[in-house]
Amino acid sequence: MKHILSALVMNQPGVLSHISGMLGSRAFNIESLAVGATDNPEFSRMTFVVNGDARVLDQVRKQLEKIVTVVRVLDFQGKDFVERDLMLIKISTEGGKRSEIHGLVDIFRGSIVDVSPDHVMVEIAGKENKIDAFVDIIRPFGILEMVRTGRIAMLRDHVLMADLSSPQESIEEAHTKKTVRKKTTA
Amino acid sequence: MATASNKKTKQETINGAEILTEALVQQGVDLVFAYPGGASMPLHQALRKYRDQIRTILPRHEQGGGFAAQGIARATGEVGVCFATSGPGATNLVTALADAKLDSIPIVAITGQVPQHVIGTDAFQETPMVEISRSITKHHYMITDINDVARIVKEAFFVAKTGRPGPVLIDFPKDVQIAQLDKKPDYDPDMNLPGYHPEQRQVAREQIAQIVAAVKRSKRPVLYVGGGCVLSDSSEELLKFAELTKIPVTTTAMGIGAFPGTHPQSLDMLGMHGTVYANNAINEADLLIALGVRFDDRVTGKLDEFAKHGKIIHVDIDHSEIHKNKEAHLPVVADVKHVLESINEMITPDDVPDIKDWLKQISEWKKKHPLSYKDTGDEIIQQYAIDELYRQTVKQDPYVAVGVGQHQMWSAQFFKFQKPRHWFSSSGLGTMGFGLPTAMGVQAALPDALVIDIEGDGSFQMNIQELATLFCENLPVKVLLLNNQHLGMVVQWEDRFMSGKRAHTYLGPVDHPEALGDGDGSMPAESYPDFTKIAQGYGLEAAQVRKKSEYPKAIKKMLASKKPYVLDVICSYQEHVLPMIPSGGTYRDIITE
Repeated sequence: MKHILSALVMNQPGVLSHISGMLGSRAFNIESLAVGATDNPEFSRMTFVVNGDARVLDQVRKQLEKIVTVVRVLDFQGKDFVERDLMLIKISTEGGKRSEIHGLVDIFRGSIVDVSPDHVMVEIAGKENKIDAFVDIIRPFGILEMVRTGRIAMLRDHVLMADLSSPQESIEEAHTKKTVRKKTTA
Repeated sequence: MATASNKKTKQETINGAEILTEALVQQGVDLVFAYPGGASMPLHQALRKYRDQIRTILPRHEQGGGFAAQGIARATGEVGVCFATSGPGATNLVTALADAKLDSIPIVAITGQVPQHVIGTDAFQETPMVEISRSITKHHYMITDINDVARIVKEAFFVAKTGRPGPVLIDFPKDVQIAQLDKKPDYDPDMNLPGYHPEQRQVAREQIAQIVAAVKRSKRPVLYVGGGCVLSDSSEELLKFAELTKIPVTTTAMGIGAFPGTHPQSLDMLGMHGTVYANNAINEADLLIALGVRFDDRVTGKLDEFAKHGKIIHVDIDHSEIHKNKEAHLPVVADVKHVLESINEMITPDDVPDIKDWLKQISEWKKKHPLSYKDTGDEIIQQYAIDELYRQTVKQDPYVAVGVGQHQMWSAQFFKFQKPRHWFSSSGLGTMGFGLPTAMGVQAALPDALVIDIEGDGSFQMNIQELATLFCENLPVKVLLLNNQHLGMVVQWEDRFMSGKRAHTYLGPVDHPEALGDGDGSMPAESYPDFTKIAQGYGLEAAQVRKKSEYPKAIKKMLASKKPYVLDVICSYQEHVLPMIPSGGTYRDIITE
């Protein structure tokens, strides 16, 4: 079973290495791990997709929390959250299939971010199954190259804050971000 | 980084190494073990300068220094401190750090590091110490700015000793050691630990009530007590609770001393080499009260079968221990001491369960399967040797460190400890060579105490160089060397599970028939090496004894000495540590002869 864990960590050298080392040495099965900056330069945010039963998940969470540079860990299990993967994919346009590909990209609400004589690069964001579906449908055209980010996720109604004393579990201010659809273009 | 400004008239400056040393003084440190090298010389210059406040002892190997720091911490509960230089000096500390992590011992290790501008260039004596120590420390630092020195020392001590204690590493590049600060450092700065919250969680009254109710309902309760009781200094509360309820108490290797070893309710140690009565009691218990323990495989054997008839109350300060190996029915994340205090406050005589039948059953087991050893005429066996040492020293309240192997388990079985922090054993990592340097640290911290190191000849040789430290620093540790010329515990496993085929377990010259197990089994006429000569070479007093009739006198003579002393006791190697539950087995698989 897949679970999503989200962690605020101190933005210091070695934190990622520490965490991945701990996960590896305790033989936890991590499907994806995404790291990035937050609005506060002191902290980074990590999103983990963990494979395993409730007991494994419980241990992963507790072992993460034990690392001194890990500030907060939240388990998204049973909570209302938005999750996204982002993919860049280079698709062959040989045989005059460019407009057909364009049509599919529109259906999946992706966008073409680069065009070459014999291929296009497409950016597509969404839930994992949507991206998987796009990959399946586009495969016959010829995938030249693809790259995916790990999962990122955010709770709809709560804010994950560094300060334990703040009632972060009940803060309702973040509810406005109902849709996080990006409209990036090249 | 500050540079000295000579604009103004002579300004007082202080370098990074001195700030660190002053910060140690501020933390109450008055004793460290430190081995110098190129990248830590400024630290040693600072330690020299502070020699009136801090006694710096030079061990003969960094690993010895690391274990000596553990000795300080294990005996006093304060943070033990050791220093090493970069590269090989630092990597020599690795085993002591890993050992401290597994046994939850608060030490701070400070390692020199090459200057920052050459870090990452494979410089001379450069190792990435922070990388190496990540998974074997509780936390780790590299100091990159002289302004951070005091804060990092403060944080390191705080992290090491609070919550579940553990080792902390501070890697200190040489350029920061010699950097100058031209203002007075703040030795009590704010800490920056947003992800570390060791503050005591309040134990819910409801949980205490549940524990009391479970105790009241129980018919066959057992207390299973570990290192957490020692670390939290909760022996008094434990004794009060146990005596009120009459619940029998068994301890892990780390828990020895948390409950008086000669108390009628004591079941002694449980687990692989635990007593029959302790293991039987665990199996038949309807309520297991697990305090500051981690359900280690050497305790539980086959997990599914361990305490399977009973409810489990598991109290631990580290929430990752709860349900890690064994599901608890009533988990409590808290300091054992607070929980016991709360229970003792709440419990009334009405809540005391009627367990007469249970205690009768246990005393039958005790009578039927006591810890014992056979009479071997004039030959000395280890169990007897330890038993006699115990009899002769019990009144002096001795501190006892051990190596790892048979002699360790026999000491755990036959030496009875009345108080916590008197028994020192590498219990989680099982590090041979632990005994001598740990005893050295204990003796340095407690100069007037009787400190004994019980060794095997295998373990002893893993840190034998520290005999020099004992002599040069006037640390009168008494070494009882149980010399059977073999790696006894491995020999025992060879005998039990590998048809007695010796494979590199004989410690004498390889052309001896014993090397392949083809000897006649008699004790060697001449043992190898000549430990008395070695000890004397280091300046110690030493003697060898082979006959039981001469042994008590030999002990008496050792104890009368004011100097460090090695008593080389020639023992047979055929003795097995019993009882024994084979690895992964259950109480039913227990071997008693």
